[in-house]
Amino acid sequence: MALYSEKVMDHFRNPRNVGQIDDADGVGEVGNAKCGDIMRMYIKVDENRVITDIKFNTFGCGSAIATSSMATEMIKGKTIEEALKLSNQAVVKALDGLPTHKIHCSVLAEQAVRAAVKDYYDRHGIAYNPEDFKEIDPEEAHGGHCGL
Amino acid sequence: MFVYADNAATTSVSKAALDAMLPYLTENYGNPSSLYAFGQRAQEALQEARETVAHYINADPKEIYFTSGGSEADNQAIVSAARLGARKGKKHLISTKFEHHAVLHTLAKLEKEGYEVTLLDVHEDGVVRLEDLEAAIRPDTALVTVMFANNEIGTVQPVAEIGALCRARGIPFHCDAVQAAGHMPIDVKAMNIDMLAMSGHKFHAPKGVGVLYARRGMVLTNIIEGGAQERGKRAGTENVAGIAALAAALKESCDNMEANTAKIIPMRDKLFAELSKIPHSKINGSLEHHVPGTVNMCFEGIEGESLLLKLDDAGICASSGSACTSGSLDPSHVLLAIGLPHEVAHGSLRLSIGEYNTMEQIEHICKTVPKVVEYLRAMSPVWDELQKGERKHLI
Repeated sequence: MALYSEKVMDHFRNPRNVGQIDDADGVGEVGNAKCGDIMRMYIKVDENRVITDIKFNTFGCGSAIATSSMATEMIKGKTIEEALKLSNQAVVKALDGLPTHKIHCSVLAEQAVRAAVKDYYDRHGIAYNPEDFKEIDPEEAHGGHCGL
Repeated sequence: MFVYADNAATTSVSKAALDAMLPYLTENYGNPSSLYAFGQRAQEALQEARETVAHYINADPKEIYFTSGGSEADNQAIVSAARLGARKGKKHLISTKFEHHAVLHTLAKLEKEGYEVTLLDVHEDGVVRLEDLEAAIRPDTALVTVMFANNEIGTVQPVAEIGALCRARGIPFHCDAVQAAGHMPIDVKAMNIDMLAMSGHKFHAPKGVGVLYARRGMVLTNIIEGGAQERGKRAGTENVAGIAALAAALKESCDNMEANTAKIIPMRDKLFAELSKIPHSKINGSLEHHVPGTVNMCFEGIEGESLLLKLDDAGICASSGSACTSGSLDPSHVLLAIGLPHEVAHGSLRLSIGEYNTMEQIEHICKTVPKVVEYLRAMSPVWDELQKGERKHLI
């Protein structure tokens, strides 16, 4: 069996929504170069709190790129509230699974979305419960050891 | 175009090796331990193979033990020296930071049993220093184990000098020569090597067969108990076909070593020259002390696994020392041992070429790698920060 599912390879080979948004309403970055993966997401949000555009930049392995791509596809056109409901399991499921040691990539993708939304709230003075955006500990996302 | 550029991982079985093994899978399938002539034909094949292997490393056939591969040979050599040392109250083992895990994990196991292990620095150039070794040797040192050539970066160690020093101090010297056998001249006598490991599939024999050379007088400890095969030091019915193939492959590789090297070096040099043109790239390991076919480089701002997947799509088989490819979360211990920062080590690429590669294939690699690096950098937030000056270039 191949390392990755066909879906993962499709999103790796043809990543959706790659790029940057110069006038983004929110930008979120998670991960650590030392651990080998960083995801950065840019969102454009309209007056109805709908994510009208989303782009990503990712430094990382095949599954890091694929999960970023899938996550952007899943929340594009959705409201901020819907985007916050995106779970890493949903991303994994949409990709027809990930190898166990790559699950942390999907966690990063979920966190990148949340970080972008938090940045949008901050920039627009929208109140939120900080508990909902507890910064993810990169160590934790990596299972507690990545040489840091 | 399909380009196999991962010969340090494994090689294809040569025709000479295949021809040598086939008869022992078909008509001469007897057990070498059987008394009847049919079995003895297999026994003769083993003897011939032992003589061939001994000849090419300047050993005595009685000093050659066939194993399941390089890892088993390394395990047995190290455990044997450790047990011998312990009998004399010597429980200190010396090695280097960038050995293969077959060595490092065996040493770690012994450490848990109460042995002390010193791992020598291999410096930025990936070469161990004799003065470091000299300083590490203690009255209770039971073994020095240093690889002939590193599997990831291809740097060659001062084996003869290490051998001479160990011999003068009366310390057994084991050498993991898995990456060197068949590719570089090995003379266990001239180099004062007491034990040496090799693996057939790194020089066109099949997987699953290797050699442990142990100088007469080196008492081996069994790793596998059972029958009296390999003079009682390695139980289990011999892999006769594999052993015959290993001997044929070693003969072929050694007989053609000069011609193969002359073919490989210009291809390797072209890879170094072309890929070094990629901005913020770095060659890993000294080029002065280097096996012919291994090229290891880092490209800043990208991650190795995605690089390998893109190369795979272009038909190129290569490897990397990134965490994602090592199956752990840390990048390769070899790259960290030569002082590379984690973020740089994640962007490493190893291309290991052999005599079956062609210049046309090398050109394909030289054309493809820069494109893939550029593509991945274009989507990399790390590269973005490097470009904007928000992050400092490390290479």
